[in-house]
Amino acid sequence: MSDREIVFENVSKFYGEVLGVNRVNLTIPPGITSLVGPNGSGKTTLMNLMTGLLRPTQGRIQVLGVPPDQPERLFRFVGYCTQFDSFPRGMTGYQFVYSYLRLHGKTNDEAADLTADAIERVRLTDAAHRKIGGYSKGMRQRIKLAQAISHWPKVLVLDEPLNGLDPLVRAETIALFRSLAQEGQYVIISSHILHEVDAISDQVILLSSGYVVAEGQIHDVRTEVEEHPMQVLIRCPHPARLASRIFQLDTVVEARVHNDGKGLLVRTRDPERFYLLLNRLVVDGVDVESIAPADDDVHSVYEYLIGPDGGAI
Amino acid sequence: MNAGTWNLWRSQVSAILRLEIKKNFLARRGLWIYLLAGAPTVLLWAHAFLNLRDGRKCDLGRDSLIFATIFQFFYLRLAIFFACVGVFMRLFRGEMIEKSLHYYLLAPVRREVLLAGKYLAGVLTTSVIFCTATALSLAAILAHAPRQAAEQYLFAGGGVGHVLAYIGTAALACVGYGGVFLVMGFLFRNPVVPAALVLIWESLNPFLPAMLKKISVIFYLQSLCPIPVPAQGDFAFLAVLAEPTPAYLAVPGLLLLTAAGLFLAARQVRKLEINYGTE
Repeated sequence: MSDREIVFENVSKFYGEVLGVNRVNLTIPPGITSLVGPNGSGKTTLMNLMTGLLRPTQGRIQVLGVPPDQPERLFRFVGYCTQFDSFPRGMTGYQFVYSYLRLHGKTNDEAADLTADAIERVRLTDAAHRKIGGYSKGMRQRIKLAQAISHWPKVLVLDEPLNGLDPLVRAETIALFRSLAQEGQYVIISSHILHEVDAISDQVILLSSGYVVAEGQIHDVRTEVEEHPMQVLIRCPHPARLASRIFQLDTVVEARVHNDGKGLLVRTRDPERFYLLLNRLVVDGVDVESIAPADDDVHSVYEYLIGPDGGAI
Repeated sequence: MNAGTWNLWRSQVSAILRLEIKKNFLARRGLWIYLLAGAPTVLLWAHAFLNLRDGRKCDLGRDSLIFATIFQFFYLRLAIFFACVGVFMRLFRGEMIEKSLHYYLLAPVRREVLLAGKYLAGVLTTSVIFCTATALSLAAILAHAPRQAAEQYLFAGGGVGHVLAYIGTAALACVGYGGVFLVMGFLFRNPVVPAALVLIWESLNPFLPAMLKKISVIFYLQSLCPIPVPAQGDFAFLAVLAEPTPAYLAVPGLLLLTAAGLFLAARQVRKLEINYGTE
Protein backbone atom coordinates (compact mmCIF):
# COMPACT_ATOMS: atom_id res chain seq x y z
CA MET A 1 0.00 0.00 0.00
CA SER A 2 1.20 3.50 -0.85
CA ASP A 3 2.30 5.86 1.91
CA ARG A 4 1.36 8.84 -0.25
CA GLU A 5 -2.30 8.01 -0.65
CA ILE A 6 -5.33 7.05 1.37
CA VAL A 7 -6.17 3.51 0.41
CA PHE A 8 -9.28 1.40 1.04
CA GLU A 9 -8.83 -2.23 0.07
CA ASN A 10 -12.03 -4.27 -0.16
CA VAL A 11 -13.44 -2.56 2.94
CA SER A 12 -16.86 -3.47 4.32
CA LYS A 13 -18.57 -2.29 7.47
CA PHE A 14 -21.73 -3.79 8.89
CA TYR A 15 -23.60 -2.52 11.95
CA GLY A 16 -24.96 -5.85 13.05
CA GLU A 17 -26.96 -6.83 9.99
CA VAL A 18 -27.20 -3.30 8.64
CA LEU A 19 -24.84 -2.39 5.82
CA GLY A 20 -22.63 0.64 6.31
CA VAL A 21 -20.36 0.32 3.28
CA ASN A 22 -19.62 -2.71 1.16
CA ARG A 23 -16.52 -3.81 -0.74
CA VAL A 24 -15.04 -0.36 -1.07
CA ASN A 25 -11.82 -0.05 -3.07
CA LEU A 26 -10.52 3.49 -3.22
CA THR A 27 -7.32 5.41 -3.65
CA ILE A 28 -7.47 9.04 -2.64
CA PRO A 29 -4.67 11.31 -3.90
CA PRO A 30 -3.78 14.80 -2.61
CA GLY A 31 -6.18 17.65 -3.35
CA ILE A 32 -9.85 18.12 -2.55
CA THR A 33 -11.89 14.94 -2.73
CA SER A 34 -15.62 15.16 -2.15
CA LEU A 35 -17.79 12.33 -0.90
CA VAL A 36 -21.22 12.76 -2.43
CA GLY A 37 -24.34 10.74 -1.81
CA PRO A 38 -27.75 10.84 -0.18
CA ASN A 39 -28.31 10.38 3.57
CA GLY A 40 -27.38 6.86 4.62
CA SER A 41 -25.19 6.27 1.59
CA GLY A 42 -22.10 5.64 3.75
CA LYS A 43 -20.22 8.96 3.62
CA THR A 44 -19.83 9.35 7.39
CA THR A 45 -19.10 5.64 7.79
CA LEU A 46 -16.27 5.97 5.28
CA MET A 47 -14.85 8.98 7.16
CA ASN A 48 -15.15 7.25 10.53
CA LEU A 49 -13.40 4.19 9.11
CA MET A 50 -10.63 6.39 7.73
CA THR A 51 -10.04 7.94 11.15
CA GLY A 52 -10.35 4.79 13.26
CA LEU A 53 -13.58 5.77 15.01
CA LEU A 54 -15.00 2.64 13.41
CA ARG A 55 -13.27 -0.66 12.62
CA PRO A 56 -13.91 -2.34 9.28
CA THR A 57 -15.74 -5.65 9.38
CA GLN A 58 -13.38 -6.72 6.62
CA GLY A 59 -10.69 -5.21 4.42
CA ARG A 60 -7.75 -2.91 5.05
CA ILE A 61 -7.33 0.85 5.26
CA GLN A 62 -4.14 2.89 5.27
CA VAL A 63 -3.82 6.64 5.55
CA LEU A 64 -0.45 7.64 4.10
CA GLY A 65 0.85 4.24 5.19
CA VAL A 66 -0.61 4.31 8.71
CA PRO A 67 -3.49 2.02 9.72
CA PRO A 68 -6.32 3.93 11.47
CA ASP A 69 -6.16 1.65 14.53
CA GLN A 70 -3.00 3.49 15.61
CA PRO A 71 -4.43 6.86 16.69
CA GLU A 72 -1.15 7.82 18.35
CA ARG A 73 0.44 7.96 14.87
CA LEU A 74 -2.59 8.78 12.73
CA PHE A 75 -3.74 11.98 14.41
CA ARG A 76 -0.27 13.51 14.24
CA PHE A 77 -1.09 14.27 10.59
CA VAL A 78 -4.88 13.86 10.41
CA GLY A 79 -7.50 16.37 11.51
CA TYR A 80 -11.16 15.36 11.56
CA CYS A 81 -14.08 17.76 11.79
CA THR A 82 -16.92 15.40 12.64
CA GLN A 83 -20.63 15.85 12.18
CA PHE A 84 -21.21 15.19 15.91
CA ASP A 85 -22.62 18.38 17.35
CA SER A 86 -21.73 17.65 20.98
CA PHE A 87 -18.85 18.94 23.06
CA PRO A 88 -17.30 18.24 26.47
CA ARG A 89 -19.42 20.09 29.04
CA GLY A 90 -18.70 23.61 30.17
CA MET A 91 -15.82 24.32 27.78
CA THR A 92 -15.16 27.60 26.05
CA GLY A 93 -14.15 27.58 22.40
CA TYR A 94 -10.57 28.37 23.39
CA GLN A 95 -10.41 25.56 25.94
CA PHE A 96 -11.85 23.14 23.39
CA VAL A 97 -8.95 23.70 20.98
CA TYR A 98 -6.29 24.29 23.64
CA SER A 99 -7.06 21.08 25.57
CA TYR A 100 -7.05 19.13 22.32
CA LEU A 101 -3.54 20.41 21.60
CA ARG A 102 -2.42 19.55 25.13
CA LEU A 103 -3.61 16.01 24.42
CA HIS A 104 -1.16 16.08 21.50
CA GLY A 105 1.56 16.62 24.10
CA LYS A 106 2.16 20.27 23.12
CA THR A 107 3.61 22.54 25.78
CA ASN A 108 1.51 25.27 27.33
CA ASP A 109 3.03 27.98 25.08
CA GLU A 110 2.87 25.90 21.89
CA ALA A 111 -0.76 25.00 22.56
CA ALA A 112 -1.67 28.62 23.30
CA ASP A 113 -0.05 29.88 20.09
CA LEU A 114 -1.59 27.18 17.89
CA THR A 115 -5.01 27.71 19.49
CA ALA A 116 -4.97 31.45 18.89
CA ASP A 117 -3.85 30.87 15.30
CA ALA A 118 -6.53 28.23 14.55
CA ILE A 119 -9.30 30.34 16.08
CA GLU A 120 -8.17 33.33 14.06
CA ARG A 121 -8.21 31.26 10.85
CA VAL A 122 -11.89 30.44 11.38
CA ARG A 123 -12.67 34.06 12.42
CA LEU A 124 -13.87 33.23 15.92
CA THR A 125 -11.42 35.21 18.03
CA ASP A 126 -14.06 37.49 19.55
CA ALA A 127 -16.13 34.57 20.84
CA ALA A 128 -13.20 32.32 21.79
CA HIS A 129 -13.62 32.73 25.54
CA ARG A 130 -17.38 32.16 25.56
CA LYS A 131 -18.89 28.80 26.51
CA ILE A 132 -19.58 26.59 23.47
CA GLY A 133 -23.03 25.90 24.92
CA GLY A 134 -23.97 29.47 23.96
CA TYR A 135 -22.60 29.27 20.41
CA SER A 136 -24.79 29.34 17.30
CA LYS A 137 -24.76 26.38 14.92
CA GLY A 138 -22.31 28.18 12.61
CA MET A 139 -19.97 29.05 15.49
CA ARG A 140 -19.98 25.45 16.71
CA GLN A 141 -19.13 24.36 13.20
CA ARG A 142 -16.24 26.82 13.08
CA ILE A 143 -14.79 25.82 16.44
CA LYS A 144 -14.83 22.17 15.32
CA LEU A 145 -13.02 23.26 12.19
CA ALA A 146 -10.49 25.18 14.29
CA GLN A 147 -9.84 22.03 16.30
CA ALA A 148 -9.36 19.96 13.15
CA ILE A 149 -6.85 22.37 11.57
CA SER A 150 -5.12 23.47 14.78
CA HIS A 151 -2.12 21.12 14.43
CA TRP A 152 -1.67 21.80 10.68
CA PRO A 153 -2.59 18.28 9.58
CA LYS A 154 -1.53 16.82 6.23
CA VAL A 155 -4.90 15.07 5.89
CA LEU A 156 -8.07 16.97 6.72
CA VAL A 157 -11.31 15.01 6.91
CA LEU A 158 -14.43 17.20 7.02
CA ASP A 159 -17.93 15.83 7.48
CA GLU A 160 -20.42 18.40 6.14
CA PRO A 161 -18.09 21.28 7.11
CA LEU A 162 -20.17 24.01 5.46
CA ASN A 163 -23.39 23.23 7.35
CA GLY A 164 -24.71 26.23 9.23
CA LEU A 165 -22.10 28.68 7.93
CA ASP A 166 -23.23 32.05 6.63
CA PRO A 167 -22.31 32.93 3.02
CA LEU A 168 -19.27 35.05 3.91
CA VAL A 169 -17.72 32.48 6.24
CA ARG A 170 -18.66 29.77 3.76
CA ALA A 171 -16.67 31.53 1.04
CA GLU A 172 -13.71 32.04 3.40
CA THR A 173 -13.83 28.40 4.47
CA ILE A 174 -13.87 27.19 0.88
CA ALA A 175 -10.89 29.46 0.16
CA LEU A 176 -9.12 27.90 3.15
CA PHE A 177 -9.76 24.38 1.79
CA ARG A 178 -8.46 25.44 -1.60
CA SER A 179 -5.28 26.89 -0.17
CA LEU A 180 -4.68 23.71 1.86
CA ALA A 181 -5.17 21.57 -1.26
CA GLN A 182 -2.80 23.77 -3.23
CA GLU A 183 -0.16 23.16 -0.58
CA GLY A 184 -0.41 19.44 -1.40
CA GLN A 185 -2.64 18.46 1.50
CA TYR A 186 -5.42 15.90 1.38
CA VAL A 187 -8.80 17.48 1.99
CA ILE A 188 -11.71 15.04 2.10
CA ILE A 189 -15.12 16.65 2.29
CA SER A 190 -18.61 15.25 2.47
CA SER A 191 -21.36 17.55 1.38
CA HIS A 192 -24.93 17.68 0.22
CA ILE A 193 -24.46 21.02 -1.49
CA LEU A 194 -23.66 19.86 -4.97
CA HIS A 195 -22.84 23.16 -6.63
CA GLU A 196 -20.23 23.84 -3.93
CA VAL A 197 -18.79 20.37 -4.32
CA ASP A 198 -18.60 21.03 -8.03
CA ALA A 199 -16.79 24.30 -7.52
CA ILE A 200 -14.13 23.07 -5.11
CA SER A 201 -13.46 19.38 -5.83
CA ASP A 202 -10.50 17.96 -7.66
CA GLN A 203 -12.19 14.56 -7.59
CA VAL A 204 -15.43 13.08 -6.33
CA ILE A 205 -16.52 9.78 -4.86
CA LEU A 206 -20.20 9.04 -5.41
CA LEU A 207 -21.81 6.75 -2.87
CA SER A 208 -25.19 5.11 -2.81
CA SER A 209 -26.55 2.57 -0.31
CA GLY A 210 -23.07 1.75 0.96
CA TYR A 211 -21.49 1.22 -2.45
CA VAL A 212 -19.07 3.42 -4.36
CA VAL A 213 -20.98 4.20 -7.55
CA ALA A 214 -18.22 6.23 -9.23
CA GLU A 215 -14.93 7.93 -8.39
CA GLY A 216 -12.49 10.21 -10.14
CA GLN A 217 -12.49 13.62 -11.75
CA ILE A 218 -15.98 14.81 -12.59
CA HIS A 219 -15.36 14.99 -16.33
CA ASP A 220 -14.01 11.42 -16.42
CA VAL A 221 -16.94 10.14 -14.38
CA ARG A 222 -19.39 11.96 -16.63
CA THR A 223 -17.78 10.49 -19.77
CA GLU A 224 -18.27 7.00 -18.38
CA VAL A 225 -22.02 7.48 -17.96
CA GLU A 226 -22.78 6.22 -21.46
CA GLU A 227 -26.52 5.71 -21.04
CA HIS A 228 -26.96 9.46 -20.73
CA PRO A 229 -25.53 11.22 -23.84
CA MET A 230 -23.53 14.35 -23.01
CA GLN A 231 -25.43 17.63 -23.23
CA VAL A 232 -23.82 20.63 -24.91
CA LEU A 233 -25.29 24.13 -24.84
CA ILE A 234 -24.50 26.20 -27.91
CA ARG A 235 -25.31 29.90 -27.63
CA CYS A 236 -26.12 31.39 -31.04
CA PRO A 237 -28.40 34.03 -32.62
CA HIS A 238 -30.25 31.55 -34.90
CA PRO A 239 -30.69 28.26 -33.03
CA ALA A 240 -33.28 26.81 -35.43
CA ARG A 241 -30.96 27.35 -38.40
CA LEU A 242 -28.09 25.73 -36.49
CA ALA A 243 -30.32 22.82 -35.48
CA SER A 244 -31.03 21.97 -39.11
CA ARG A 245 -27.29 21.77 -39.82
CA ILE A 246 -26.48 19.86 -36.64
CA PHE A 247 -29.08 17.15 -37.25
CA GLN A 248 -26.99 16.09 -40.23
CA LEU A 249 -24.13 15.09 -37.90
CA ASP A 250 -24.21 11.39 -37.02
CA THR A 251 -22.93 11.93 -33.45
CA VAL A 252 -25.99 13.95 -32.45
CA VAL A 253 -28.76 12.09 -30.62
CA GLU A 254 -31.04 15.06 -29.93
CA ALA A 255 -31.09 18.82 -30.47
CA ARG A 256 -33.65 21.24 -29.15
CA VAL A 257 -33.92 24.98 -28.89
CA HIS A 258 -33.17 26.24 -25.40
CA ASN A 259 -36.09 27.54 -23.31
CA ASP A 260 -34.87 31.15 -23.63
CA GLY A 261 -34.74 30.83 -27.46
CA LYS A 262 -31.13 31.98 -27.56
CA GLY A 263 -29.34 28.69 -27.85
CA LEU A 264 -29.41 25.06 -28.79
CA LEU A 265 -29.21 22.11 -26.40
CA VAL A 266 -27.55 19.16 -28.10
CA ARG A 267 -27.17 15.60 -26.80
CA THR A 268 -24.24 13.63 -28.22
CA ARG A 269 -22.75 10.21 -27.59
CA ASP A 270 -19.30 11.29 -28.77
CA PRO A 271 -18.57 14.81 -27.53
CA GLU A 272 -14.97 14.90 -28.80
CA ARG A 273 -16.02 14.15 -32.35
CA PHE A 274 -19.01 16.44 -32.07
CA TYR A 275 -16.76 19.38 -31.11
CA LEU A 276 -14.54 18.67 -34.12
CA LEU A 277 -17.51 18.63 -36.50
CA LEU A 278 -18.96 21.75 -34.90
CA ASN A 279 -15.64 23.53 -35.42
CA ARG A 280 -15.95 22.81 -39.12
CA LEU A 281 -19.44 24.34 -39.17
CA VAL A 282 -18.08 27.46 -37.49
CA VAL A 283 -15.28 27.67 -40.04
CA ASP A 284 -17.95 27.37 -42.76
CA GLY A 285 -19.57 30.51 -41.38
CA VAL A 286 -22.18 29.31 -38.88
CA ASP A 287 -22.58 31.99 -36.20
CA VAL A 288 -21.85 30.59 -32.70
CA GLU A 289 -21.31 32.70 -29.56
CA SER A 290 -20.26 30.05 -27.07
CA ILE A 291 -20.12 26.29 -26.54
CA ALA A 292 -20.21 24.69 -23.09
CA PRO A 293 -21.02 21.30 -21.63
CA ALA A 294 -24.42 21.46 -19.92
CA ASP A 295 -24.29 18.37 -17.72
CA ASP A 296 -20.59 17.86 -17.07
CA ASP A 297 -21.00 18.60 -13.35
CA VAL A 298 -21.53 16.84 -10.04
CA HIS A 299 -25.22 17.64 -10.00
CA SER A 300 -25.90 15.92 -13.31
CA VAL A 301 -23.64 12.97 -12.55
CA TYR A 302 -25.43 12.60 -9.20
CA GLU A 303 -28.81 12.61 -10.92
CA TYR A 304 -27.76 10.10 -13.57
CA LEU A 305 -26.03 7.67 -11.19
CA ILE A 306 -27.96 8.06 -7.96
CA GLY A 307 -31.23 9.61 -9.04
CA PRO A 308 -32.90 12.91 -8.20
CA ASP A 309 -34.46 11.57 -4.99
CA GLY A 310 -31.31 9.86 -3.75
CA GLY A 311 -32.24 6.30 -4.70
CA ALA A 312 -29.61 4.45 -6.71
CA ILE A 313 -30.47 3.81 -10.34
CA MET B 1 10.55 2.49 25.16
CA ASN B 2 12.56 5.70 25.21
CA ALA B 3 12.38 8.67 27.57
CA GLY B 4 10.62 10.78 24.93
CA THR B 5 7.71 8.34 24.76
CA TRP B 6 7.38 8.29 28.55
CA ASN B 7 7.44 12.08 28.67
CA LEU B 8 4.76 12.25 25.99
CA TRP B 9 2.55 9.76 27.85
CA ARG B 10 3.06 11.66 31.10
CA SER B 11 2.05 14.94 29.53
CA GLN B 12 -0.96 13.31 27.83
CA VAL B 13 -2.09 11.69 31.09
CA SER B 14 -1.81 15.03 32.88
CA ALA B 15 -3.86 16.71 30.10
CA ILE B 16 -6.54 14.02 30.53
CA LEU B 17 -6.42 14.41 34.33
CA ARG B 18 -6.96 18.16 34.05
CA LEU B 19 -10.09 17.65 31.97
CA GLU B 20 -11.49 14.71 33.92
CA ILE B 21 -10.88 15.85 37.47
CA LYS B 22 -12.65 19.15 36.84
CA LYS B 23 -15.56 17.23 35.32
CA ASN B 24 -15.71 14.65 38.14
CA PHE B 25 -15.54 17.11 41.04
CA LEU B 26 -17.82 19.80 39.65
CA ALA B 27 -20.49 17.71 37.91
CA ARG B 28 -23.98 18.24 39.32
CA ARG B 29 -24.75 14.59 38.64
CA GLY B 30 -22.03 13.69 41.18
CA LEU B 31 -23.67 15.53 44.06
CA TRP B 32 -25.06 12.32 45.54
CA ILE B 33 -21.51 11.03 46.01
CA TYR B 34 -20.70 13.95 48.29
CA LEU B 35 -23.94 13.31 50.20
CA LEU B 36 -23.11 9.61 50.53
CA ALA B 37 -19.58 10.31 51.74
CA GLY B 38 -20.62 13.17 54.00
CA ALA B 39 -23.68 11.62 55.69
CA PRO B 40 -21.82 9.65 58.45
CA THR B 41 -19.40 12.55 58.90
CA VAL B 42 -22.25 14.99 59.47
CA LEU B 43 -23.95 12.57 61.90
CA LEU B 44 -20.75 11.96 63.84
CA TRP B 45 -20.02 15.69 64.08
CA ALA B 46 -23.61 16.38 65.17
CA HIS B 47 -23.21 13.69 67.83
CA ALA B 48 -19.89 15.22 68.93
CA PHE B 49 -21.37 18.72 69.00
CA LEU B 50 -24.36 17.63 71.13
CA ASN B 51 -22.09 15.76 73.53
CA LEU B 52 -19.74 18.73 73.83
CA ARG B 53 -22.67 21.08 74.38
CA ASP B 54 -24.11 18.86 77.12
CA GLY B 55 -20.71 18.24 78.68
CA ARG B 56 -20.77 14.50 77.95
CA LYS B 57 -17.57 12.73 76.97
CA CYS B 58 -17.58 9.84 74.55
CA ASP B 59 -16.60 6.29 75.26
CA LEU B 60 -13.69 6.05 72.84
CA GLY B 61 -13.76 2.25 72.79
CA ARG B 62 -17.43 2.12 71.89
CA ASP B 63 -17.24 4.99 69.40
CA SER B 64 -14.26 3.50 67.57
CA LEU B 65 -16.23 0.24 67.32
CA ILE B 66 -19.20 2.17 65.92
CA PHE B 67 -16.90 3.80 63.40
CA ALA B 68 -15.36 0.41 62.48
CA THR B 69 -18.90 -0.82 61.73
CA ILE B 70 -19.79 2.30 59.76
CA PHE B 71 -16.57 2.05 57.81
CA GLN B 72 -16.89 -1.63 56.92
CA PHE B 73 -20.60 -1.80 56.28
CA PHE B 74 -21.48 1.66 55.08
CA TYR B 75 -18.33 3.09 53.49
CA LEU B 76 -16.77 -0.04 52.02
CA ARG B 77 -19.84 -2.05 51.12
CA LEU B 78 -22.19 0.75 50.08
CA ALA B 79 -20.84 4.29 49.74
CA ILE B 80 -17.50 3.65 48.02
CA PHE B 81 -19.01 0.74 46.11
CA PHE B 82 -21.83 2.81 44.58
CA ALA B 83 -19.68 5.91 44.15
CA CYS B 84 -17.30 3.79 42.06
CA VAL B 85 -20.28 2.49 40.06
CA GLY B 86 -21.26 6.12 39.39
CA VAL B 87 -17.80 7.46 38.61
CA PHE B 88 -15.99 4.64 36.83
CA MET B 89 -18.84 3.24 34.76
CA ARG B 90 -19.40 6.74 33.42
CA LEU B 91 -15.79 7.33 32.39
CA PHE B 92 -16.36 5.92 28.91
CA ARG B 93 -20.03 4.92 28.82
CA GLY B 94 -21.19 8.31 30.13
CA GLU B 95 -19.31 10.11 27.37
CA MET B 96 -20.77 7.74 24.80
CA ILE B 97 -24.23 8.72 26.04
CA GLU B 98 -23.32 12.42 25.95
CA LYS B 99 -21.78 11.87 22.49
CA SER B 100 -18.54 13.57 23.43
CA LEU B 101 -16.09 10.68 23.64
CA HIS B 102 -14.81 11.30 20.10
CA TYR B 103 -13.03 14.41 21.44
CA TYR B 104 -10.44 12.14 23.03
CA LEU B 105 -10.39 9.60 20.23
CA LEU B 106 -9.47 12.26 17.65
CA ALA B 107 -6.23 13.08 19.47
CA PRO B 108 -2.94 11.21 18.94
CA VAL B 109 -3.28 9.42 22.25
CA ARG B 110 -2.80 5.68 22.67
CA ARG B 111 -6.09 4.23 23.82
CA GLU B 112 -4.32 2.62 26.81
CA VAL B 113 -2.93 6.02 27.83
CA LEU B 114 -6.45 7.46 27.64
CA LEU B 115 -7.69 4.61 29.83
CA ALA B 116 -4.91 5.20 32.36
CA GLY B 117 -5.64 8.94 32.48
CA LYS B 118 -9.35 8.47 32.98
CA TYR B 119 -8.85 5.73 35.58
CA LEU B 120 -6.38 7.83 37.56
CA ALA B 121 -8.82 10.76 37.48
CA GLY B 122 -11.56 8.49 38.86
CA VAL B 123 -9.28 7.13 41.60
CA LEU B 124 -8.15 10.63 42.57
CA THR B 125 -11.71 11.94 42.71
CA THR B 126 -13.19 9.11 44.77
CA SER B 127 -10.12 8.80 47.01
CA VAL B 128 -10.07 12.51 47.86
CA ILE B 129 -13.79 12.46 48.68
CA PHE B 130 -13.78 9.28 50.77
CA CYS B 131 -10.40 9.69 52.46
CA THR B 132 -11.44 13.20 53.51
CA ALA B 133 -14.80 11.92 54.78
CA THR B 134 -13.05 9.12 56.71
CA ALA B 135 -10.54 11.51 58.27
CA LEU B 136 -13.27 14.00 59.24
CA SER B 137 -15.40 11.23 60.77
CA LEU B 138 -12.48 10.04 62.89
CA ALA B 139 -11.79 13.64 63.86
CA ALA B 140 -15.40 13.95 65.08
CA ILE B 141 -14.94 10.95 67.39
CA LEU B 142 -11.71 12.30 68.78
CA ALA B 143 -13.12 15.81 69.12
CA HIS B 144 -15.43 14.90 71.98
CA ALA B 145 -13.32 12.20 73.61
CA PRO B 146 -11.55 13.06 76.86
CA ARG B 147 -8.30 14.71 75.85
CA GLN B 148 -6.11 12.33 77.81
CA ALA B 149 -7.87 9.27 76.42
CA ALA B 150 -7.62 10.62 72.89
CA GLU B 151 -3.86 11.26 73.26
CA GLN B 152 -3.41 7.84 74.83
CA TYR B 153 -5.30 6.21 71.95
CA LEU B 154 -3.47 8.15 69.23
CA PHE B 155 0.09 7.94 70.48
CA ALA B 156 0.18 4.87 72.70
CA GLY B 157 -2.75 2.77 71.55
CA GLY B 158 -1.91 2.68 67.84
CA GLY B 159 -4.51 5.31 66.96
CA VAL B 160 -2.37 7.04 64.33
CA GLY B 161 -1.85 3.68 62.66
CA HIS B 162 -5.62 3.07 62.74
CA VAL B 163 -6.32 6.46 61.14
CA LEU B 164 -3.77 5.79 58.41
CA ALA B 165 -5.11 2.26 57.91
CA TYR B 166 -8.69 3.54 57.48
CA ILE B 167 -7.60 6.24 55.03
CA GLY B 168 -5.41 3.78 53.13
CA THR B 169 -8.19 1.19 53.01
CA ALA B 170 -10.64 3.80 51.69
CA ALA B 171 -8.15 4.72 48.95
CA LEU B 172 -7.53 1.06 48.11
CA ALA B 173 -11.28 0.48 47.95
CA CYS B 174 -11.47 3.22 45.29
CA VAL B 175 -8.56 1.61 43.43
CA GLY B 176 -10.12 -1.87 43.54
CA TYR B 177 -13.76 -1.08 42.88
CA GLY B 178 -12.64 1.48 40.31
CA GLY B 179 -10.84 -1.22 38.31
CA VAL B 180 -13.84 -3.55 38.54
CA PHE B 181 -16.39 -0.95 37.41
CA LEU B 182 -14.16 0.48 34.71
CA VAL B 183 -14.15 -2.87 32.93
CA MET B 184 -17.88 -3.33 33.66
CA GLY B 185 -18.51 0.00 31.92
CA PHE B 186 -17.23 -1.54 28.70
CA LEU B 187 -19.22 -4.75 29.07
CA PHE B 188 -22.60 -3.38 30.21
CA ARG B 189 -24.66 -0.42 29.04
CA ASN B 190 -26.90 -0.34 32.10
CA PRO B 191 -24.93 0.19 35.36
CA VAL B 192 -27.66 -1.44 37.47
CA VAL B 193 -26.91 -4.92 36.14
CA PRO B 194 -23.15 -5.08 36.96
CA ALA B 195 -23.69 -3.18 40.22
CA ALA B 196 -26.22 -5.80 41.34
CA LEU B 197 -24.05 -8.69 40.16
CA VAL B 198 -20.91 -7.42 41.91
CA LEU B 199 -22.87 -6.55 45.05
CA ILE B 200 -24.26 -10.09 45.26
CA TRP B 201 -20.82 -11.56 44.58
CA GLU B 202 -19.20 -9.41 47.27
CA SER B 203 -21.95 -10.27 49.77
CA LEU B 204 -21.48 -13.96 49.12
CA ASN B 205 -17.76 -13.70 49.76
CA PRO B 206 -17.72 -15.30 53.24
CA PHE B 207 -19.53 -18.36 51.94
CA LEU B 208 -17.33 -18.88 48.88
CA PRO B 209 -14.53 -21.45 48.62
CA ALA B 210 -11.05 -20.09 49.43
CA MET B 211 -10.01 -19.73 45.77
CA LEU B 212 -13.12 -17.77 44.76
CA LYS B 213 -12.91 -15.51 47.81
CA LYS B 214 -9.75 -14.03 46.34
CA ILE B 215 -11.63 -12.80 43.26
CA SER B 216 -13.33 -10.16 45.34
CA VAL B 217 -12.40 -6.67 46.45
CA ILE B 218 -14.02 -6.86 49.90
CA PHE B 219 -11.97 -9.95 50.77
CA TYR B 220 -8.78 -7.87 50.74
CA LEU B 221 -10.31 -4.69 52.16
CA GLN B 222 -11.76 -6.31 55.29
CA SER B 223 -8.39 -7.74 56.14
CA LEU B 224 -6.95 -4.23 56.09
CA CYS B 225 -9.48 -2.72 58.50
CA PRO B 226 -7.67 -2.07 61.81
CA ILE B 227 -10.57 -2.87 64.13
CA PRO B 228 -12.57 -6.03 63.40
CA VAL B 229 -16.30 -5.91 64.01
CA PRO B 230 -16.97 -8.59 66.69
CA ALA B 231 -19.25 -11.51 65.97
CA GLN B 232 -20.92 -10.99 69.35
CA GLY B 233 -22.70 -7.96 70.77
CA ASP B 234 -24.70 -5.13 69.26
CA PHE B 235 -23.24 -5.44 65.77
CA ALA B 236 -23.12 -9.21 65.50
CA PHE B 237 -25.81 -9.28 62.81
CA LEU B 238 -23.48 -7.29 60.55
CA ALA B 239 -20.34 -9.25 61.26
CA VAL B 240 -18.81 -11.51 58.66
CA LEU B 241 -16.63 -14.39 59.69
CA ALA B 242 -13.70 -14.46 57.34
CA GLU B 243 -10.12 -15.56 57.57
CA PRO B 244 -7.99 -12.45 57.89
CA THR B 245 -5.32 -12.02 55.26
CA PRO B 246 -2.13 -10.26 56.33
CA ALA B 247 -1.67 -6.76 54.88
CA TYR B 248 1.47 -7.79 53.00
CA LEU B 249 -0.70 -10.23 51.02
CA ALA B 250 -3.94 -8.22 50.98
CA VAL B 251 -2.47 -5.09 49.35
CA PRO B 252 -0.63 -6.86 46.51
CA GLY B 253 -3.64 -9.18 46.10
CA LEU B 254 -5.97 -6.24 45.65
CA LEU B 255 -3.55 -4.50 43.28
CA LEU B 256 -3.22 -7.70 41.27
CA LEU B 257 -7.00 -7.99 41.00
CA THR B 258 -7.17 -4.35 39.90
CA ALA B 259 -4.41 -4.89 37.34
CA ALA B 260 -6.39 -7.80 35.90
CA GLY B 261 -9.44 -5.54 35.58
CA LEU B 262 -7.39 -2.81 33.91
CA PHE B 263 -5.86 -5.33 31.51
CA LEU B 264 -9.35 -6.42 30.42
CA ALA B 265 -10.42 -2.77 30.12
CA ALA B 266 -7.35 -2.02 27.97
CA ARG B 267 -8.34 -4.80 25.57
CA GLN B 268 -11.84 -3.35 25.35
CA VAL B 269 -10.70 0.23 24.82
CA ARG B 270 -8.50 -0.85 21.89
CA LYS B 271 -11.62 -2.21 20.16
CA LEU B 272 -13.82 0.74 21.13
CA GLU B 273 -15.83 2.27 18.27
CA ILE B 274 -17.81 5.47 18.16
CA ASN B 275 -21.34 4.48 17.32
CA TYR B 276 -23.51 6.91 19.25
CA GLY B 277 -26.64 5.73 17.48
CA THR B 278 -26.68 2.49 19.47
CA GLU B 279 -26.36 4.15 22.91
